[in-house]
Amino acid sequence: MTVIESKAGFTATRNACKLCTPFGACMAYKGVRGAMPFLHGSQGCSTYIRRYMISHFKEPVDIASSNFTEDTAIFGGGKNFALGLANVIRQYNPELIGIATTCLSETIGDDVPMMLKEFRKAFEGTEIPELVHVSTPSYSGTHADGFFATLRALVEGLAEGGVKRKAVNIISGMISPADIRHLKDMVASFGIESVLLPDYSDTLDGPAWSEYHNLPEGGTTVDEIRSMGSATQTVEFVSNWDLKKTAGAYLENRFGVKNHAMPLPIGLRQTDRFLDVLEEASGMDTPERYVAERGRLIDAYVDAHKYIFDKRAVVFGEEDFITGIVSFLAEVGIRPVVVLSGGNSGNLRESIAEVAPEISGIEILDGSDFEDMAEEVAKANPDILIGNSKGYTLARALDLPLVRVGFPVHDRIGGARLLHVGYKGALSLLDSIANAIIDHRQRNDDWGYTYM
Amino acid sequence: MADILDTRKAQIHRTGLEPFEMACEKNSLAGSVSQRACVFCGSRVVLYPIVDALHLIHGPVGCASYTWDIRGATSTGPRLHRMSFSTDLQEKEVIFGGEKKLYESLVELIDAYEPKAAFVYSTCIVGIIGDDIEAICRRVEAEKGIPVLPVMSEGFKGTKKDGYKAACDAIAKLVGTGDISDISDLSINILGDFNIAGETNIIREYYEKMGIEVVATVTGDGRVDQIRKAHGAKLNVVQCSGSMTHLAKMMEEKYGIPYIRVSYVGIEDTSKALYDVAEYFGNDEVMSNTSKLVEEEVSRIMPFVRKCRKDLKGKKAAIYTGGAFKTFSLIRSLRSLGMKTVIVGSQTGSKEEYEYLRELSDEGTILVDDTNPVELSKFVQEKDADIFIGGVKERPIAFKLGIGFCDHNHERKIPLAGFIGMETFAREVYGSVMSPVWQFVPRKARGAGGKSEEVVA
Repeated sequence: MTVIESKAGFTATRNACKLCTPFGACMAYKGVRGAMPFLHGSQGCSTYIRRYMISHFKEPVDIASSNFTEDTAIFGGGKNFALGLANVIRQYNPELIGIATTCLSETIGDDVPMMLKEFRKAFEGTEIPELVHVSTPSYSGTHADGFFATLRALVEGLAEGGVKRKAVNIISGMISPADIRHLKDMVASFGIESVLLPDYSDTLDGPAWSEYHNLPEGGTTVDEIRSMGSATQTVEFVSNWDLKKTAGAYLENRFGVKNHAMPLPIGLRQTDRFLDVLEEASGMDTPERYVAERGRLIDAYVDAHKYIFDKRAVVFGEEDFITGIVSFLAEVGIRPVVVLSGGNSGNLRESIAEVAPEISGIEILDGSDFEDMAEEVAKANPDILIGNSKGYTLARALDLPLVRVGFPVHDRIGGARLLHVGYKGALSLLDSIANAIIDHRQRNDDWGYTYM
Repeated sequence: MADILDTRKAQIHRTGLEPFEMACEKNSLAGSVSQRACVFCGSRVVLYPIVDALHLIHGPVGCASYTWDIRGATSTGPRLHRMSFSTDLQEKEVIFGGEKKLYESLVELIDAYEPKAAFVYSTCIVGIIGDDIEAICRRVEAEKGIPVLPVMSEGFKGTKKDGYKAACDAIAKLVGTGDISDISDLSINILGDFNIAGETNIIREYYEKMGIEVVATVTGDGRVDQIRKAHGAKLNVVQCSGSMTHLAKMMEEKYGIPYIRVSYVGIEDTSKALYDVAEYFGNDEVMSNTSKLVEEEVSRIMPFVRKCRKDLKGKKAAIYTGGAFKTFSLIRSLRSLGMKTVIVGSQTGSKEEYEYLRELSDEGTILVDDTNPVELSKFVQEKDADIFIGGVKERPIAFKLGIGFCDHNHERKIPLAGFIGMETFAREVYGSVMSPVWQFVPRKARGAGGKSEEVVA
């Protein structure tokens, strides 16, 4: 492969390591029961995002559009907006419509709050779905920003105060359906009442159906989101976003729900940290089951350490995902040498230093793209790439193993079932990474040992 | 089960059961969850396979991210088309304009990648923020000495079909700029095949075996220099008429090159395409080469097709495609496998195409234009289809209901065109319909013959 080197960096983005903000909004809305995401913009936005999500999750993903035309772009999107909402209600009868703007509606200056007010007024007296709105101009931020902004919009729009209940809110980041299921299990085992937002563990990883469901079952209910204001604590998995603007921060400021913002619980140390909070919130010790899982994980770390020590890894994806993976890699002795994210929060260096203080000499490419990374990787002499499918081209060119984790996984089945969080997630990461390294060595070894 | 929106009912027809009146070629209904994309998508699909050109998408990053290496359009040479280039507009450019960023991006990329031409795609907000991309393209073209072609593909300015047209307009600017002195009298351009899994290469080989020179393939495995010479061909052979007829008509007007419409899907249509071209040239040697080719190819694949037919006989298919032209061939291909089409539709079919579909289809077939998941799921359940032939967005509808699926869109990795394509199509359909997994899916496991009461209700 010829890596085209930039003299002073390219102005254009070449093979982006990010998607646009409305994408994140759709994914967050998919975690609400009976919710229909609705993009205020061109038809293509919803179709492209549907296609991209379907290729990863292998599930139906319906996203409505207000379907701008030339007239709409000139005279404003109000008419199409109202017609679109009405048609979604007729066709889907959703419990919630999750509205997100796009570059087009933002650029022409459509006033969505005003349009919503008018829509509600027109339907006064009739029961209509909850309408939540988030501003996601595609020219500002990445899909991760859209995701967090939408979670904030959901709690701002729905959460209510009230008598405090001994309950914990879990605000999960952009993780897999399998991760969400595992987090729910963990919290439930402490016997504490909880709400997890956004819960797309069923909506984006559901069973086979006997008849078609226009809206898949599962998701955080509107009532559950309402109740988040009366919980005692929130655990919010976020590292690289403005921590004053998160959903958890809103719940804390507005309703006094204590917020524990922490990195994704990837690896042993971050999982310990999460369980400490659950112990404190529930007044219970960590259940035996997780103590045993932790023990097996450490045993596996020991079994694997010789094969992975000081291996050089490249990690790419969303900034929070990178932060979690780097924390894990550091604790098993793998050295992250280059990390890449299209996200550009400005916090990534600090987040990594916080979760993995032992790491040094890491090349941090935030606000960057895959081609810029290719230049760095060529210099960094890595042993393994860890991240989404989009790294395959580079892995192939360099003949390096790629461990597919995170999002999107477009060239394998099972993306939705990848487990990253908790002790179990760490174990699964360890096995995949160690075996990829062993496999690579075995393949390229002349003798072909049948023992390790 | 939800009801079909009243405003959509005119775009659905049941053959033989009602007078034929089919609305189509309309803007998608807001909130209907159309399977269509946008104008940009139409342009991107058509130009994507030009492998030695730079494709720069001017706008926020999403449009480029979602179309990065999205198609299975392979190349026998350069692979520059697999790169995703975006000006990745940020808030400050939306306020102050993106022309400077576009200019700098273009200059740097052309210097670094040395493409034969550059296509600059306009996305939704480009016109609104006042960027004059045509002026920037002219300037860079003058400075760099390669064609720099604006593609006016703002997402909201029409449908995917308007995007095809914008792409053809850009290609038309290349045609006529190359030297045609060495082109044979027995020569054609292949229009409207996109080299998915090497299909254009398969078709080109057929023509070469027939003794016909292929001047340009537009756009599958496309090369800028070939397209520049396309006006030297004596005939345009157009597949996927929705996307390329516009170019063929422009070339007919300007250069007097006639065109014929063909399809390379299925035995019948592929044979007809090759014979039509041979007949056009009226050359005995070409005709005898063609007969020999068709005979050889058909006899090679027929044993397998017959084998599949034995098991597939009577199975029911649903078809949903981008353009309607392809559905004709698919219905015929399915018939050659003994199968029946019970639902057929397209995103962008024309009135004439639906009229023809009505004639071609069995009584009671559902014809549908610009449909959506609610309708499609309702129809496949009602008709109890055994396989769905469509694209990625239709696949989960089929799979959730325990219905087989065959990808006939641009993302697939296997060729479905030509004679060999019929063999792989048969294998694809057979491999899905005959899989043992369906016995476990709830819809089949519950009721006899897959018609559980729940579904009918």
